[in-house]
Amino acid sequence: MSNYVVEMLNITKKFPGIVANDNINLKLKKGEIHALLGENGAGKSTLMNILFGLYQPTEGEIRINGKKEIINNANRAIELGIGMVHQHFKLVEPFTVTENIILGSEPTTGGSINYKKAVKQVEEISNQYGLQVDPHAKIENISVGMQQRVEIIKTLYRGADILIFDEPTAVLTPQEIDELLDIMRNLVAQGKSIILITHKLKEIMAICDMVTIIRRGKGIGSIATKDASPEILAEKMVGRQVSFEREKEKAQPKGPILKLNNVSMKNEKNVNVLNNISFEVKAGEVLGIAGVDGNGQSELIQAISGLRKINGGQITINNHDITNKNPRKIAESGVAHIPEDRHKHGLVLDFMMTENMVLKSYYKKPFNKNGFLDYKAVDEYAKKLIEQFDVRTPTIYDKARSLSGGNQQKGIIAREINLQPELLIAAQPTRGLDVGAIEFIHSQLIEERNKDKAVLLISYELEEILQVSDRILVIYEGQIIGEVYPEETNDKELGLMMAGKKLTKEG
Amino acid sequence: MNKIFAKQSIVVPIVSIFLGLMFGAIVMLAGGYNPITAYNALVSEIFSSRYNIGETIANITPLILTGLAVAFAFRTGLFNIGVEGQLIVGMTAATIVGIEFGYLPWFVHMPLSVIAAALAGGLWGGLAGYLKASRGVNEVITTIMLNFIALYLGNYLIKAFYLEPGTARSYKIEDSASLRTDWMTNLFDGARVDLGLIIALIAVIAFYIILWKTKQGFELRAVGLNHHAAKNAGINVNSNVVKAMFISGMLAGLAGATRSLGLFDAQTIAAAYTGLGFDGIAVALLGGNGAIGIVLAATLFGSLKFGGGGMNYVEGVPNEIINVVIASVIFFVAANGIFKLIIKPFKAKRKQKGAAS
Repeated sequence: MSNYVVEMLNITKKFPGIVANDNINLKLKKGEIHALLGENGAGKSTLMNILFGLYQPTEGEIRINGKKEIINNANRAIELGIGMVHQHFKLVEPFTVTENIILGSEPTTGGSINYKKAVKQVEEISNQYGLQVDPHAKIENISVGMQQRVEIIKTLYRGADILIFDEPTAVLTPQEIDELLDIMRNLVAQGKSIILITHKLKEIMAICDMVTIIRRGKGIGSIATKDASPEILAEKMVGRQVSFEREKEKAQPKGPILKLNNVSMKNEKNVNVLNNISFEVKAGEVLGIAGVDGNGQSELIQAISGLRKINGGQITINNHDITNKNPRKIAESGVAHIPEDRHKHGLVLDFMMTENMVLKSYYKKPFNKNGFLDYKAVDEYAKKLIEQFDVRTPTIYDKARSLSGGNQQKGIIAREINLQPELLIAAQPTRGLDVGAIEFIHSQLIEERNKDKAVLLISYELEEILQVSDRILVIYEGQIIGEVYPEETNDKELGLMMAGKKLTKEG
Repeated sequence: MNKIFAKQSIVVPIVSIFLGLMFGAIVMLAGGYNPITAYNALVSEIFSSRYNIGETIANITPLILTGLAVAFAFRTGLFNIGVEGQLIVGMTAATIVGIEFGYLPWFVHMPLSVIAAALAGGLWGGLAGYLKASRGVNEVITTIMLNFIALYLGNYLIKAFYLEPGTARSYKIEDSASLRTDWMTNLFDGARVDLGLIIALIAVIAFYIILWKTKQGFELRAVGLNHHAAKNAGINVNSNVVKAMFISGMLAGLAGATRSLGLFDAQTIAAAYTGLGFDGIAVALLGGNGAIGIVLAATLFGSLKFGGGGMNYVEGVPNEIINVVIASVIFFVAANGIFKLIIKPFKAKRKQKGAAS
């Protein structure tokens, strides 16, 4: 009898033209938390989709509890006790917690759903594993952390013993991350086994027993976390040494570039989403805005970049009033913007990369000649940018859609930095990217700062805020509730402030 | 060129056309007609004489323009169902100008009538665009409603001011406004081919150049593919919506001009839509919203329409069945998602077998 609950042996998966998984081995012991580490596009999702029955391996075999299995659909995976907690929750928003959990396998009496029984079952699971949820609350009214607990209960309700977590901490606040880690410890204590897909090294070191690393589809091997360090893991993942420290000199801020004066914005329900916000970003500094998602960050960016009108206050760039001006006017007064949602706001995915590179400058010389576009000039410019920023694309004529997330983001950064802005707004610039790309993007932001540009960094990742910023403001419910310096604070203090606790400076 | 001729966009229509014709054959067999002689008659009707070729071209011309009109709006992310109405408005404007300014020399009068049609169609389309941009009213609803208004407004204007007594049509337009030229008429043995064809071909080139070579076209396509990113990049989405609907309406208006200034010399009191605007939707779809694709698609539709007549005379296939054949081609093209759905499980099975073995 093998003591492994999951053995994926010599798994190879070929798609036409590419080998997504090349001879990968992953062995999960009972009661273990096993990390699956790799860059974006390394093949983590493919491997897990094979385990979950969504793909069939080209070669190799899967054993569950020592027995060879062919998992040809997700239902079979569920029968075998495998459950997946997806990164993007698959929940029906207007349904209650209980309804979502039982969806698809409802307890029935005489053809109608027995809600009483369902609620009882949900409560049992919730108590057993310390997963606090309100069975009667609607999904749309509960926090992201609780939604994730609903997803976990969903898999447990279906009898999962082996849980796959796909990037579970990407959407959580620091406090919620701590709670999740406790939940995971609790689950393994009760005999469950967990595979954690992630590229966050800190979490791996904190919670996992073993790590299996994939690089560009190839299995690099497995290593016990007690024998590893973040540096070793990063090197194995990327294939070269990665620096975690952001090399930067102390900031030498000059005069203010961006000034916000009592800026307020109301939403459709006439509620203030931005409440009397005032701050300035100086030339030669990175100002970080820390906060939990949904506390007004998006609105703040929209206000500065002109995508949404403000109801009160004033915004200036170099003492030039840009309040409620249109986005082009604002861009022309020196504002570049790496948007939060690169697919929605950053790129036209079905445009070629060449067209995307001039999305903000196509109307200017040398691209625009009397109303006609000089595509030769466009191609030359795009080629230069793509080479300079090492955007990996088969050709410059490929559609933006076909590039990986990291390369799409590099493309956007290339375009925005080349606008020679006075102020660079970077909203969640590294969301979903791997350490190699993150390192690159952070160094670009710091370089802009060193060129005496003003950089406004908005991020939900505390680590990013602390590493890159020279000064940090905390936003909570549309208000700036504190200002700290990265060298004088830590993630615990910032986390509390992000949860709305004001710094009490006594005396 | 691969923008217009993506590999997939050529395979799917060809398969669709083939399946449509097959289905049409089944319908004819069921009705007791011989599909082979019928399709034979269809082909020979189209190509048998210079006159017939000319008449086929006369059927193709307005479809090119309405197809371009639909496609132009579509490239900006708008569904212009109002091409029919914009065509009628354009036709009415062309008729009125064509009747009124007879004292002008032809080289002023004819272009003036054509421009009047384009402007009228453009304004009619632009109205829907304006309502969308300023008030967020869905263009599908407004254009459908504007179609009704256009149809009855056109009829009313002709009836009230330009009706030739004893007929159900307007006075003939002045010769100086006519699109007919002797050399084209003679070339095709008296068929009704006229300068409308030249207008349509110029429109095809203009369509391509505007969308793919100009700054304006870049904006229109950006708005069509992702209006959020376009707005973020400083493009004025609302003004592009109005412009796209205006240009789309202009193309529809030109299609109208080819009717009253060319084909009929006059405007008939219409009991129903011409159908050309709606066929334009199918033409644009079949043509993959690209310039050359639309010419090919319009050629197919125009030929089927004219050649269908031959099936009637020779094999006695009733018009209803001919329309079923044409409609089934459209259906199979529009429903190409259905075959993907049918083909997909087969492909997946094959893959699985490959993996298991």
